[in-house]
Amino acid sequence: MSLSFRSAVLMLALSACGWAQAQKGETVKVAWIDPLSGLMAPVGSNQLKSFQFLADKFSQNNPAGVKFEVIGIDNKLSPAESLNALKSAMDQGVRYITQGNGSSVAGALIDAINKHNERNPGKEVIYLNHSAVDPDFTNSKCSYWHFRFDADTSMKMEAMSSFMKDLPEIKKIYLLNQNYSHGHQVAKYAKETIGRKRPDIQFVGEDLHPLAQVRDFAPYIAKIKASGADTVITGNWGSDLALLIKAANEGGFNGKFFTYYTGVTGTPTALGKGGEGRVYQIAYNHYNMGGQMAQWMKEFQTKYKDDFYTGSAIHIFNYLGEAMAKAQSTDPVKVAAAMHGLKLKSFNGEVEMRKLDHQLQQTLFMSVWQKADKKFPYNPENTGMTLVPVKTFEPYISSTPTSCQMKTP
Amino acid sequence: MEFFLISLLNGVSYGLLLFMLSAGLTLIFSMMGVLNFAHASFYMLGAYLGYILNGIWGFVPALLLAPIAVGCLGGIFEKYFLRRVHAYGHVPELLITFGLAYVVLEVVQLLWGRSAVAFAPPAWLQKPAFTLIGGPGSSGLQWAWGAVTQAQCQGDVVCSPFPASRAFMMAVALAMVLSLWGLITRTRVGLVIQAALTHPQAVQTLGHNVPRVFMWVFGVGTGLAALAGVIGGSTFVTEPSMAATVGSVTFVVIVIGGLGSLAGAFWASVLIGTVQTWAVAVDLSLMDMLRHLGFSSAYPVSSGAWSNLTLSQAAPILPYLFLVLMLVFRPKGLMGQRED
Amino acid sequence: MPRPFVTHAQLPRGQAKIWMALLAAVLLLAPWVFDTPFAQAVLTQVGIAMVACLSFNILLGQGGMLSFGHAVYSGLGAYMAMHVMQWSGSGGFAVPISLIPLVGGLCGMGFAVILGFVTTRKSGTTLAMITLGLAELVFAMSLMFSDFFGGEAGLSGNRVQGRPVWGVDFKTQTQVYFLIAAYTWVCVGLMYAFTQTPLGRLLNAVRDNAERLSFIGYQPQRVRYLAFIIAGFFAGISGGMGVVHFEIVTAEVVGATRSGAYLLFTFLGGAGFFVGPILGAVGMVVSAVLLSEWSPAWLLYLGLVFMGMVMFAPGGMASIALWHWHWMRQAGAALLWPWYGALLASAAMAGLGATSAIEFFYHQQLQTLGGQPMRWLGVQWAVHQPGPWVAAVSILVLGLAGWVYCQKQWDRVWSQAMADTPRGQP
Repeated sequence: MSLSFRSAVLMLALSACGWAQAQKGETVKVAWIDPLSGLMAPVGSNQLKSFQFLADKFSQNNPAGVKFEVIGIDNKLSPAESLNALKSAMDQGVRYITQGNGSSVAGALIDAINKHNERNPGKEVIYLNHSAVDPDFTNSKCSYWHFRFDADTSMKMEAMSSFMKDLPEIKKIYLLNQNYSHGHQVAKYAKETIGRKRPDIQFVGEDLHPLAQVRDFAPYIAKIKASGADTVITGNWGSDLALLIKAANEGGFNGKFFTYYTGVTGTPTALGKGGEGRVYQIAYNHYNMGGQMAQWMKEFQTKYKDDFYTGSAIHIFNYLGEAMAKAQSTDPVKVAAAMHGLKLKSFNGEVEMRKLDHQLQQTLFMSVWQKADKKFPYNPENTGMTLVPVKTFEPYISSTPTSCQMKTP
Repeated sequence: MEFFLISLLNGVSYGLLLFMLSAGLTLIFSMMGVLNFAHASFYMLGAYLGYILNGIWGFVPALLLAPIAVGCLGGIFEKYFLRRVHAYGHVPELLITFGLAYVVLEVVQLLWGRSAVAFAPPAWLQKPAFTLIGGPGSSGLQWAWGAVTQAQCQGDVVCSPFPASRAFMMAVALAMVLSLWGLITRTRVGLVIQAALTHPQAVQTLGHNVPRVFMWVFGVGTGLAALAGVIGGSTFVTEPSMAATVGSVTFVVIVIGGLGSLAGAFWASVLIGTVQTWAVAVDLSLMDMLRHLGFSSAYPVSSGAWSNLTLSQAAPILPYLFLVLMLVFRPKGLMGQRED
Repeated sequence: MPRPFVTHAQLPRGQAKIWMALLAAVLLLAPWVFDTPFAQAVLTQVGIAMVACLSFNILLGQGGMLSFGHAVYSGLGAYMAMHVMQWSGSGGFAVPISLIPLVGGLCGMGFAVILGFVTTRKSGTTLAMITLGLAELVFAMSLMFSDFFGGEAGLSGNRVQGRPVWGVDFKTQTQVYFLIAAYTWVCVGLMYAFTQTPLGRLLNAVRDNAERLSFIGYQPQRVRYLAFIIAGFFAGISGGMGVVHFEIVTAEVVGATRSGAYLLFTFLGGAGFFVGPILGAVGMVVSAVLLSEWSPAWLLYLGLVFMGMVMFAPGGMASIALWHWHWMRQAGAALLWPWYGALLASAAMAGLGATSAIEFFYHQQLQTLGGQPMRWLGVQWAVHQPGPWVAAVSILVLGLAGWVYCQKQWDRVWSQAMADTPRGQP
């Protein structure tokens, strides 16, 4: 009996070791579903390159010893296409999806993945959200299978209002946003947080313009000037932001702009030297962070002649590696359980994947657009300008409450 | 007051840009009955070629050469592609321009990438043309050529510069209107064009080479679109989606003005440009207007309801609303002669 | 309006039944051949597209009405169907999922009754412009009225609701496919039957010569209006089917891109034939879902193919198929087969050369894979060297030269065969 018992223990021990080693060298496929054509194509192709670059780097060095493979699928910014892309990815054996350009697509994916996971136990899929910042995804639409690695609109606004409350020269604010969910959320949280911290600040105007259709922002600038505002808060991105600031320069509006997306592909070129010292950005990174980030940014620029700014991808790979090592498996159910509440150290400090709503709590930076110099040398898209950090916000400052009632399986 | 004036000037300048685009389209439609869906694509090509030529030789050579280059491309397209489908009827002609729009978009993205390119007007156009000084702090409305110093714009005094690039846009558009009018009414070529507009077969029997006239008109029409492209691309932004944004509004303009009428296109584009610019300034919604009149709602109205929509938010749909209303009540348009 | 590219052959009575039986067989057997969930999702979308394109062709091919806003009716039908599905799922009157497409159809018909009245008062360019205006109007409104349209995120619903009937709860893609296939088969049959009715024939008359029709005593306006309503009904069914399959509806379903796609692919399939839109629908789904994954140049290929089709084969793929049918039955066709083979080979060569050059160019410009070498047709190419380019261009030139030569030979042999044919024989 002792022989068989011992051999049984030995077998068990050996198989346990084997199981623990099971994921070493295993390839984990991650499907990137975002636009590679149309409006957001430049942003999309930059982000795909970023993910593939990082997959290479992290395959060489991660705590679980797995290899990462990124499969890029073009969803043409369409929710229906994204569902096709999801099915296609699942057919290829992919169980980790990442997406972030466009809250409409994100919402569709969360819904589809919830339904799929419910209807197909054993074939679960996890959704790693790298940039879709609609707060609803960690509030009313929260899901156990969704993990957000970007700071959402309410968090960014908390940090932004903390910065603005210490600037006495800000007295009248104008809100100019794109007329869709993101723009509405920015306006809503701006009014709420600033109203709380500086009730003396007046909101002298609010505008919602159609997304990516307005070429001529002069009428809006005229309106802003007529209202007497000294500051504009805008969630605009892409050509909407670039044209807005261009029109402001031409129309003689000299106030400050507080934005979310100055650093995204295309805007630095369109901004050029305009807006120096007046355009601010709130984000979880900036161009001159030093260390490993600076090294990777330089390498990325040499290899692709493009700028790396999707830091949330680094968070994603860090989390996948740590969670897979902790769970000793690449099975999404186990990995999700491991990521639930996981704390680790990433490129911008200590971060935590909050259990309540799967919203990453992280450090945020307020930076301003100005000339690149020896201290802050990195200049995006060869503009000679850069974003320089002026304030750092610890995670607790930007942490916002949640109404999420998450159903854990 | 200066807000009113600046808005008016903004609206008129935008309207004149629309006219530069729709003039070419009207010419092509009047001559050949072809609704050129690729017209905005030639606008885009003009902007990109202008960007390239601006980088080599400067802005003014670009302004002159880019339209000529694009006009030649247009003529080639007409001769070798459009003419071939002419025998099949109007629908295939329209469809081939439809296909051309896709192809041009892809080629432009292939050659110049998918994001915006840095096409800026020259330094002499980047300053303000003139500045309006007004506001509660100053005495009445004054104006000054060029820019004014920061010192003059302190406190309650509001300085509104009007960019030179826009003034230039208006000047070029007006010059274009005058020369087109002169060409069509005062020269022999113009007379032949006018005749071929209504009686192409008769003109052909008289010995004029009507197909060649068509080719020239198509070339001139697309050249005009390219001219608008150089100016619009440098003043606003040059990117692959510029064709799509401006394409449908151009069709609205020529239909509202009346298919086949240049004067109608002129008034319609100025009208659409001004209305769109002004609508942005009006923050009233239907509910507000009703409240002004004394009605108040007994039921709480949700924020997504249509009655809460302000005119400034509805600004983008106004041209299409006008289009549909015009087609329903007066299909001829403002000044058109033909209904079909 | 001059006689356009449509011909509209009429099938003998018995033949129509055979074709419908064949379609039923294909629809029933397809999921056994394509058995992964993704492949069946593609098949489902083909079915949805078929109904949409056939409904569009009621206007274009049969009625001569060029509509740039057909997606308005399929889209609005989809939105209403989604509202009903949401309402049914959250405690309202329980509507069986299998009837949701019908709800979409009725709503599409309703919108067509309202909007079609102003649309069809005139014909020709005016009609085209009104449809364009309405399409842009509805699309612009879809982002503004978030109560009905759900804003940018759209509306989502759940098709797995209520108790399963006979074990069918629409959890799996296969069950959804069979529902869509059933609707597709019925709609194809109904739309074909429509072409044989007096109203269908009157519609053809409106297309060919509206003035003469009014002389006989019918009102072209009324005929157009009725056809518009019927087309709106089937478009709405297509929208409702989309709701059941995707479980989400966003603003793109009423967008100009989708209307343009209906137009493009119906024309590519062949607007003059009943079966044309069916071929076009397959093309639509294949190029949007599959081709776009295989090549970044798919839109360019689409545009070029479309332009080529308009110039050389305005009757679409169906007309090309018909051309094949005719010459193969020609007496003396035996002589033509080798030249047909040669033509095919030259076309393949030219196509290979052209697509290779385009793919190389795209890879070089886009650099989406960074410094990675390019894989094309299973081989790695060093795109930065002139070698592959020279190869591609020379294959293209050879193919074109071969085509021109074979074309001449074909014409020679064809006219010989025609001359040799005794009178009265095909």
